[in-house]
Amino acid sequence: MPGTWITTRAWLLMLPLLMVMIAVIGWPLVDTVRLSFTDAKLVGTAGGFVGLDNYAKMLGGSNFRRALITTTWFAVVSVAAEMVLGVLAALLLNQQFRGRTALRALMILPWALPTVVNATLWRLIYNPEYGALNAALTQIGLIDSYRSWLGEPGLALTALIVADCWKNFPLVALIALAALQAVPRDITAAALVDGAGPVNRFRYVIMPYLAGPLLVALVLRTIEAFKVFDIIWVMTRGGPANSTRTLSILVYQEAFSFQRAGSGASLALIVTLLVTLLAVAYAALLRKAAGAS
Amino acid sequence: MLKSTRNALLGAALVGISFSGQAYAETTLNALFMAQAAYSEADVRAMTEAFTKANPDVKVNLEFVPYEGLHDKTVLAQGSGGGYDVVLFDVIWPAEYATNKVLVDVTDRITDDMQKGVLPGAWTTVEYDGKRYGMPWILDTKYLFYNKEILEKAGITAPPKTWDELAEQAKTIKDKGLLATPIAWSWSQAEAAICDYTTLVSAYGGKFIDGGKPAFTTGGGLDALNYMVSSYTSGITNPNSKEFLEEDVRKVFQNGEAAFALNWTYMYNLANDPKESKVAGKVGVVPAPGVAGKSEVSAVNGSMGLGITSTSQHPDEAWKYIVHMTSQPTQNAYAKLSLPIWASSYEDANVTKGQEELIAAAKRGLAAMYPRPTTPKYQELSTALQQAIQEALLGQTSAEDALKTAAENSGL
Repeated sequence: MPGTWITTRAWLLMLPLLMVMIAVIGWPLVDTVRLSFTDAKLVGTAGGFVGLDNYAKMLGGSNFRRALITTTWFAVVSVAAEMVLGVLAALLLNQQFRGRTALRALMILPWALPTVVNATLWRLIYNPEYGALNAALTQIGLIDSYRSWLGEPGLALTALIVADCWKNFPLVALIALAALQAVPRDITAAALVDGAGPVNRFRYVIMPYLAGPLLVALVLRTIEAFKVFDIIWVMTRGGPANSTRTLSILVYQEAFSFQRAGSGASLALIVTLLVTLLAVAYAALLRKAAGAS
Repeated sequence: MLKSTRNALLGAALVGISFSGQAYAETTLNALFMAQAAYSEADVRAMTEAFTKANPDVKVNLEFVPYEGLHDKTVLAQGSGGGYDVVLFDVIWPAEYATNKVLVDVTDRITDDMQKGVLPGAWTTVEYDGKRYGMPWILDTKYLFYNKEILEKAGITAPPKTWDELAEQAKTIKDKGLLATPIAWSWSQAEAAICDYTTLVSAYGGKFIDGGKPAFTTGGGLDALNYMVSSYTSGITNPNSKEFLEEDVRKVFQNGEAAFALNWTYMYNLANDPKESKVAGKVGVVPAPGVAGKSEVSAVNGSMGLGITSTSQHPDEAWKYIVHMTSQPTQNAYAKLSLPIWASSYEDANVTKGQEELIAAAKRGLAAMYPRPTTPKYQELSTALQQAIQEALLGQTSAEDALKTAAENSGL
């Protein structure tokens, strides 16, 4: 068994890292699972064992269903928009034109901004009394009176999606641009010579190179969008009339505002499970895509 | 020679002792304040500087968060083993903080002079179950601010005494084309909306809780929400109120775009500051109105206190700091944004000068302060009520149904 010593030594070398991983990821997760079966408060009482009560209460409540729908809508629409915008921006920035370098640098800016700063900026833009959006839309005649963008249940979620897209489409664009740079020039030239139109060139020549990286971007963005918290907390705190209350906000309120650590933990684990399912589904997709190419 | 050497040694030893003594007495306090309404951040820093000048052995680290983050930050720090020695707390939290041992009971630290000097009503800010959990620091209620110039143009001679009069006057202003939406409120889905609602509940003689159960679904609690809804739907209220916080209300009022606004003390001097405001010199302030046959004026207790956390390693220094921050000289020196908790300050010309109108309103308003419910479950109740207010304003449900749902979700 000449390999055993090597294997053992490899494990030994990895031991410090493993210890750290267990301490910072494993233990909190185990503790959260333990908490979710108790009626513990955030401060004060340790709480007793209540079995599956928390799960039943959380899953049975109308708040959870509503938040799940809100979160799903937010994630699907914002990610879809980010993908389309990101690819379009990448295709544009892949062309040769003057000022391209400056534009590339500029495009990264929204993504580089901290979310809280971004959210605060958009709050100013959406401000119903002196916001830039109302002023701009009134001047070009699209609306005849100022709207309350974050004060109408239908509008508020859309307004949040727009703000989230503005911040996150550059990430998709960056990934797509990197993939585009890898497309060999002679293939695109050959397609041109063969008389392929822009749509066909994109579909048959460029897309094979883009598909893999875009899937990665899609996975990253979907999981992040599903966990969305900060941008909403800063802009609407889940209002108006809870129309923008996503799952993460529900978890936060349950665990911290109402200090029910037990049911907060159960809700957090439900959300974790949903995100994990998403990730697993995507991973299968990725493997299939890799197999296909 | 020998003597001088000995003296030098002695001197050096003494210097050493005093240095080491200083090193040991060096205490650092961490204090959590809010950056919103009442005292400004600069004011709090200046007050603190005065304290550290007088107590060079104590260092105070200040942290400011928006009001919306104050409660959760305090509780989170506590849940993770502490971090703050002194925290600012709202009048609605002592019940929860006491039950969960977030704050230390300071009943025995309060001297007779404090007991006698502070306005009796101010103590309710820091009390729960017969014990005191800090010192009142910001004494505050919501007043009705009005734009004198607009009222004059509309031919209105006196500000409203009842809520119905307010609606009539606003309608007059609207009908005369002076302003499209004359009233501004802070009805965002936040605690601010509950403060406005509570003011109305107190006017209509309502009750939040009766015998441990929600009692706001009928009587004054329902009348209050119905008033808000009708004010909103009849177009006399700025429709953007449903996403306003206090600072938004202040900006609208300062731009001359509101004839009436409900807001805290701090707006008076800011709206009268020509550098800040377009309506400087035209700002009127009266206690929030009453309801014929039920109340003369109405007011919510929006006061806040300073307390010592149970995880603090330096409770004595923390208390010393709180005493300084709430002392009469400190409060009198900064009385422009927040009125003092000390009874005799209201007779002090230095305090009242230039804000006589506000002081007159405060004397009546502060005396009528109505508490929000004292329950450890306050946050849940408040969140449920915020939702009810928004749903009723948006016409998603009737006021009655919205309040019934709130009662079910109140955790009571």
